Amino acid sequence: MADLTIKNLKKSFGDLEILKGINLNIKDHEFVVFVGPSGCGKSTLLRSIAGLEEVTSGHIYLDDREITELAPAKRDLAMVFQSYALYPHMSVRKNMSFALELAKESKETINSKVAEAARILELEPLLDRKPKELSGGQRQRVAIGRSIVRQPKVFLFDEPLSNLDAALRVQMRLELARLHHDLKATMIYVTHDQVEAMTLANKVVVLNQGQIEQVGSPMELYHSPANRFVAGFLGMPKMSFLPATVVSSDHQGTRIQLADGATLALPVNGATLHKNSQVTLGVRPENIHVSDPSESDFTGRLDIAENLGSDTYCYVKTSSNETLTVRTPGNFTCNFGQQIGLSLELDQCHLFDDQDQALPRLERIAA
Amino acid sequence: METKTLDAGAIRTSKDAAPTTGGVSKQKARMSRLMVSPSVLLLLLWMVVPLSMTIYFSLIRYNLLYPGENEFVGLENFHFFVTDLGFMAGMTNTLLLVGSVLLITVVFGVLISLLVNLAFWGQGIVRVLLISPFFIMPTVNALVWKNLLLHPVSGVFAAIWQFFGAQPIDWFSEFPLFSIIMIVSWQWLPFAILLLMTALQSLDQEQQEAARLDGAGPWALFWHLTLPHLARPIAVVVMIETIFLLSLFAEIFTTTGGGPGYETTNLAYLIYSQALLQFDVGLASAGGLIAVILANIAAFFLVRVVGKSLTEKQ
Repeated sequence: MADLTIKNLKKSFGDLEILKGINLNIKDHEFVVFVGPSGCGKSTLLRSIAGLEEVTSGHIYLDDREITELAPAKRDLAMVFQSYALYPHMSVRKNMSFALELAKESKETINSKVAEAARILELEPLLDRKPKELSGGQRQRVAIGRSIVRQPKVFLFDEPLSNLDAALRVQMRLELARLHHDLKATMIYVTHDQVEAMTLANKVVVLNQGQIEQVGSPMELYHSPANRFVAGFLGMPKMSFLPATVVSSDHQGTRIQLADGATLALPVNGATLHKNSQVTLGVRPENIHVSDPSESDFTGRLDIAENLGSDTYCYVKTSSNETLTVRTPGNFTCNFGQQIGLSLELDQCHLFDDQDQALPRLERIAA
Repeated sequence: METKTLDAGAIRTSKDAAPTTGGVSKQKARMSRLMVSPSVLLLLLWMVVPLSMTIYFSLIRYNLLYPGENEFVGLENFHFFVTDLGFMAGMTNTLLLVGSVLLITVVFGVLISLLVNLAFWGQGIVRVLLISPFFIMPTVNALVWKNLLLHPVSGVFAAIWQFFGAQPIDWFSEFPLFSIIMIVSWQWLPFAILLLMTALQSLDQEQQEAARLDGAGPWALFWHLTLPHLARPIAVVVMIETIFLLSLFAEIFTTTGGGPGYETTNLAYLIYSQALLQFDVGLASAGGLIAVILANIAAFFLVRVVGKSLTEKQ
């Protein structure tokens, strides 16, 4: 069992409050990813869990045991660092057995555990090498091996893939996913890369300015973000936001008017909205379609098109000079400055009130 | 460390790439050889002329008190120097001096730099103060110690001894070699601190955190991470200090003058006394050559044994 519970955790450096009261439950076998922009406190949170930072207030429990004040080594956690932090003068074998030797385990136990970890990570031929004789991916695997041998309750990863090149990152990402499956371990993973967050996690924790914005499965977060920050943070390219005013609203739906005059009826519960209040419409690039200008919701002028082969991302300026990102098929061709019509998938749009909180979408009527 | 190896690789590849241009690069190589030749020749002369003169002097009878009697005597000068009473004393003192100063500077250097590496108020000033003895001239250093600190009547140490009602010690007559070791250690400790302190700053923070998670206490951290990290700078300290300490002279000259008896005479001082106190240039030249050979043996061992084994660990 490895249930991690964090209660009202706060951490300040001097006057600067980095973590402003974090509450979080992590269940056994979960792969939890902390994601957020730089400086949001995700690494500090991880380091507080590891015991490398003293917390200012709050509690951390691992199962029923409080570990808030415990020394890092006694918390039953293992951490993989961004720089791998391998001991440079020790062989791979010694790197992996170091913790066990410090814990004074018997030679046979150490050897069998190291051999097992080496087998899992395919490090057997490298056991007698020094870290500097290894490639980036191999060092990464040694760092993971070093935490596996300790058989911790929770694995902590601090941006482990950010030092690898793109191809290797994809490969290590798959290996990590497999490792999580094979070890049936609880893993907490910090990253600023949303692809890693979306692909690896069972549960994503979006952090911003020391607070949790939303917790949920990757798809939950993608399809129903709780607020504008989460909506804008997840998804590549980013969701487009258009300011709008409410024309009429009730619990059946909301009618809004965009800055360029177009009015849209959204299947969003607008019971809390008032007429003429300011709202923000959020649309993902894949929910906008290029259509014939005469039968479109509104029109825009094509600014830049990025052709990626499989898709083309068009950046369109509306008549009120807002930028929309539109995902079109890879064979879409269009000229700079051309007027194009745009249609929205209204049931996939998000509406945020003047506090940037998402308004609940109405249950879609079964088609 | 990583970037260093990368740099080396980059340099190597650029070197390898150069000769592919054929004739042009050959010409370039000849040109560059031509350009450096004056300095190489000058350095060669600088080294070869004094060396051959020393070898020549060591093989003839050459005493300034008996001019004109410069006949060839073979290895007689060497024989005299080695069987001289002062030779064994000089050898032992040289080794004792070098060994103990190295031990003191390395051990205290590591401890002090670990201490100074912790964050505290006034760190900058303390660091400058720690380094400053190194900027004091050896003669001045020795005089300060001789007249202000160790003097049996007016020295600070004597005052302390008297304060506790003890009999002040006449350091240079009771513990002459120890006094010299003390003075020289004081002079060279800053050098060790300087190198070790900067090395400590490059100790990887995440490695220490990883070790803490692995269950390493302060002692294990020091033994398994800090000390191996310092192996290279320690090797550098040992090598450089050995080179300078083998030829230690000013401190002995200004304080004890090699005495009492031969108690503080090292090889450098012995050679000086042969040449300029006994006016026997031939004998001093022979001594100088022996010292050169000894220094080379020491350097060989240091570079091969100490340097290599320590750097390989990294």
